[in-house]
Amino acid sequence: MEYLDFELPIKELNEQLEKCTVIGKESDVDVTETCKQIEKKLIATKKDIYKNLTPWQRVLLSRHPNRPYTLDYIKAICGETFLELHGDRGVKDDKAMIGGLGKIGDQSFMFVGQQKGYNTKTRQYRNFGMANPEGYRKALRLMKSAEKFRIPVVTFIDTPGAYPGLEAEERGQGEAIARNIFEMSKLKVPIIVVIVGEGASGGALGIGVGDKILMLENTWYSVISPESCSSILWKSWEFKEQAAEALKLTATDMKKNKLIDAIVKEPLGGAHTDRETTFKTVSKEILKAYEELKNLSPKDLVEKRMNKYFEMGPYKS
Amino acid sequence: MAWFKRTKKGIQTPTENKKDVPKGLWYKSPTGKIVDAEQLAKNFYVSPEDGYHVRIGSKEYFEILFDDNNFKELDKNLSSKDPLKFEDTKKYPHRLKEAEKKTGLKDAVRTAVGKSMGEDLVIACMDFTFIGGSMGAVVGEKITRAADYALKKKIPLLIISKSGGARMMEAAFSLMQLAKTSAKLAQLSDAKVPYISLCTDPTTGGTTASFAMLGDINISEPGALIGFAGPRVVRDTTGKELPDGFQTAEFLLEHGFLDFISHRKDLKKNINKYIDLLLNRPLRVPA
Repeated sequence: MEYLDFELPIKELNEQLEKCTVIGKESDVDVTETCKQIEKKLIATKKDIYKNLTPWQRVLLSRHPNRPYTLDYIKAICGETFLELHGDRGVKDDKAMIGGLGKIGDQSFMFVGQQKGYNTKTRQYRNFGMANPEGYRKALRLMKSAEKFRIPVVTFIDTPGAYPGLEAEERGQGEAIARNIFEMSKLKVPIIVVIVGEGASGGALGIGVGDKILMLENTWYSVISPESCSSILWKSWEFKEQAAEALKLTATDMKKNKLIDAIVKEPLGGAHTDRETTFKTVSKEILKAYEELKNLSPKDLVEKRMNKYFEMGPYKS
Repeated sequence: MAWFKRTKKGIQTPTENKKDVPKGLWYKSPTGKIVDAEQLAKNFYVSPEDGYHVRIGSKEYFEILFDDNNFKELDKNLSSKDPLKFEDTKKYPHRLKEAEKKTGLKDAVRTAVGKSMGEDLVIACMDFTFIGGSMGAVVGEKITRAADYALKKKIPLLIISKSGGARMMEAAFSLMQLAKTSAKLAQLSDAKVPYISLCTDPTTGGTTASFAMLGDINISEPGALIGFAGPRVVRDTTGKELPDGFQTAEFLLEHGFLDFISHRKDLKKNINKYIDLLLNRPLRVPA
């Protein structure tokens, strides 16, 4: 288990608790009371820390190395029914963007999402969750195929951004994202979007246009990462905390500004502290969103979706 | 003792006899060619010696594309709010005020309808001088409304992009403008109203990742910078030297993302020629 800086008091208490249990086992000393007290303190400390997270701390949690990634969710939710599908039919199979069909209960869904790695080797293999144009085109191919067979789409967003590489530019990163946004805005099947980690800018929105946008409690979603925002507006990397604050990138802020539809609660301490519960909650929320959408006609569905986006963004007239 | 002595008095011409400096404005192109400002304007703001296309704004593009510079501006009075109370080294409203004062513009896009070679055309043209042509809620809304106007009246739409991308001070609101504008363009596309995207120097970030790349044709001017990530970001991320001409209009044409590149003096003719051909009607003859 890895701890973030602001989680150190929890680490300390966890270690105390462990020691206490060991002492209890190895000697005749009755430690039940002491252990109980540490446990009580641990719960109180956790509540205290996680209740008052700053936007920057949420950003850190969204990048927690133990956090579940897209395939973890899909495999947990669909089990054996998941069938991964590959390739954009043009250039290659982008490992940073995964997709495939799977079932939740009796209903088939087309899943699409960015995938991060869990160690140095797989992180590189997944390009740190930064898709190339092929990834977006693969996603679009799968979504169009879902539309053809009237299968609802679920996308999982977890990306520090679309990859800003030489080849990515050559093969039209901007065009690929633009095309996805365009096509998703009029796709004739329900689209449910779940932000499970980082939601950075066009790279996120490239699979992020939908009827229901759900954000997990400890994730962020904005036009730019706090680090890049700091470097551009403050001309230094040092102001990331302020930038995180200013960007209003947390789930609570995004909900308040009506840019997402719902917040998905995470277990105390974050999604990674109790994966099973997280998976169950997400699965339930997807089905709930689908229930609300499944009876809409394709025409109503698209109209409602578009109207939602037409309302976004305040201005003075 | 001074080794140099003025033998005659200094400037002796009395002020009233001084010659007028001709407008006092000269333009120096990146290759070092010097042009008189008036000459430059007559030559479509293209440096005559080296063909350099100088960055211009909505005022100049309207002048170039609308017949006799006649047009009706749409949604003139929309201006930006500060929904997030955004503050970096400056407060956002302060930045807006400064930009307004500097440019005389309300925001980074102007939209208008008028005749171009005798037929109606809706143009949305971005202004880079207003906070880097960044797209916030006003830009998104005005472009969406212009597209909607084109849709309702069945008039072809031209969007002239010139933008550094999304406006950070409106954060996620500005990101959602990509979806808003693209959704409206999807409606326009389904209604089979032609949409021409003209990408001018520079077109990057969120603009490229939405309307700029969604035209029935995407076109550009010589040498324009067009990309998703800016060249500095690409260099810093990959650690590779960028090839010559990386992310220029010519580069994009070569890689299949533009239909053609047009010299600015031929823009009006070429855009209208495309529209006539696409709508299967007789070609208009340039006046």
